[in-house]
Amino acid sequence: MIADRINAATRRIPAWPLYAISVLPPAWFLYQGLTGGLGVEPISALEHELGQLALKMLIAGLCITPLRRFAGVNLMRYRRAIGLIAFFYVVLHLLVWLVLDVGIVSQIWADILKRPYITVGMGAFALLFPLAVTSNNLSIRKLGAKRWRKLHRLAYAAALLGALHFVMLVKGFQIEPLIYMGIVVVLLALRLPLQRVPFLRASG
Amino acid sequence: MAHRWTNTLTRNDVTEERLWLNRRQIMAGLGGMAVAGLAGRAGAAEGLEPNSYEEITSYNNYYEFGTGKDDPARYAGDLTISPWSVKIDGMVDKPGEYGFDDILSKMTLEERIYRFRCVEAWSMVVPWTGFELADLLTMAGVKSGAKYVAFETVLRPDEMPGVRYNVLDWPYVEGLRLDEAMHPLTIMATGIYGRDIPRQNGAPLRLVVPWKYGYKSIKSIVRITLTDTQPPTSWNKANPNEYGFYSNVNPQVDHPRWSQATERGIGGGLFAKRKDTLMFNGYDEVASLYEGMDLTVNH
Ligand code: HEM
Repeated sequence: MIADRINAATRRIPAWPLYAISVLPPAWFLYQGLTGGLGVEPISALEHELGQLALKMLIAGLCITPLRRFAGVNLMRYRRAIGLIAFFYVVLHLLVWLVLDVGIVSQIWADILKRPYITVGMGAFALLFPLAVTSNNLSIRKLGAKRWRKLHRLAYAAALLGALHFVMLVKGFQIEPLIYMGIVVVLLALRLPLQRVPFLRASG
Repeated sequence: MAHRWTNTLTRNDVTEERLWLNRRQIMAGLGGMAVAGLAGRAGAAEGLEPNSYEEITSYNNYYEFGTGKDDPARYAGDLTISPWSVKIDGMVDKPGEYGFDDILSKMTLEERIYRFRCVEAWSMVVPWTGFELADLLTMAGVKSGAKYVAFETVLRPDEMPGVRYNVLDWPYVEGLRLDEAMHPLTIMATGIYGRDIPRQNGAPLRLVVPWKYGYKSIKSIVRITLTDTQPPTSWNKANPNEYGFYSNVNPQVDHPRWSQATERGIGGGLFAKRKDTLMFNGYDEVASLYEGMDLTVNH
């Protein structure tokens, strides 16, 4: 079976190279932005590329559990790295907004409070922050697995808010953000009924 | 009545020497001395430095070709712009189909260097070539009682990949009050940097109303209708809360989703700073058109 082969192939691949690889796309976009490869409005292009990367990684993180449950593919080993990388991209996305895009302190505050799509984006960031801080073995031990897992359900809300943020910021009726939102909703829905199936609950 | 307005700008947009040199190089690479020479003259004359041809023609909103900023430059190439005619109808003395060349032969072309402010809070400076809309309307003969001018963009699904999606209710329509349309600042542009206007910028002829947000400056016009009732406009239909009929550039009236107090000039690179947005985009001479109106209500 394909799942077995994937599981066998990845058994010996550790997660740490992902961290190193994750630096490449933003570094590439930054390089492009500095050298004209992102067009004549590189700030907004960089902001958009990083936002897309962040949302894609959040979605990748949500795929791990359904993949194991429904396809028998076990990528659990990489979940922490994927989540932390998603957070890393959100931070870069936020930094571009703070430093390059707006850059005016009074307008930053006004925007966070007054612009619903910014408020929602900040909400997603605020939810991800405690998850990033507790994505280490020490925190799991300190919190206890049960409480840790409960806390990390915030990732569901963060992904929803991230996708909602995208839906809210486009002009006119556009398909792309709705596709992302659809994927997030499906990935979350896959978790709902199974919570009630007793023999699956244990595998969390 | 051409030449009723000349560039007398109230504020100079200072640009670093480094950028200026950069632009000249880009333009020289693109198309030679004529363009670079024109840019030099324009910049020197007004202290308002036009964006490069490359910038103006690679970063566009023209949703009929897609919602990405580079989609119009990529996909507009298939648009047939010759032959082209404009139907002028409604409350005019001489309604009919006016051929593009026929129109041009009767109009006086001139260069207008205007600020261009998009509702998305970015801006450019564009050296348009065009004629005053007033001259075209006068040619068709505006009947007394006409109060508004409605415009329509060409709709060709075969040549416009973006209209497969109902981002907006196609065809794109816009409108002006008659006095706005007759104002000497309001032009029909047919060129940029002295060349024919490229398809992604609205070939072969488009409206330019420099004191309003860019989406009012409707592209690739095939129909102009004089009416006595306020015509529907595309963005207003899509979201009346966010896009009013007037859409005058106004730093005090925010878009519900973002601030309009500042804007970023295109072409400043990764470290470009925002600058303050000017009332009426700096064209204070139009203020009298709106005397006594609440510009927050009539946004
Ligand atoms: C989980 C957190 C977040 C995710 C997943 C996310 C994702 C995205 C995505 C996918 C886009 C659109 C990209 C495109 O159009 O191609 C975007 C745009 C944007 N995001 Fe975020 N974002 C997040 C948090 C934030 C935060 C915290 C801020 C700022 C406080 C922010 C500010 C923006 C801005 C300003 C834009 C561009 C809007 C525009 O150009 O109209 N985002 N984001």
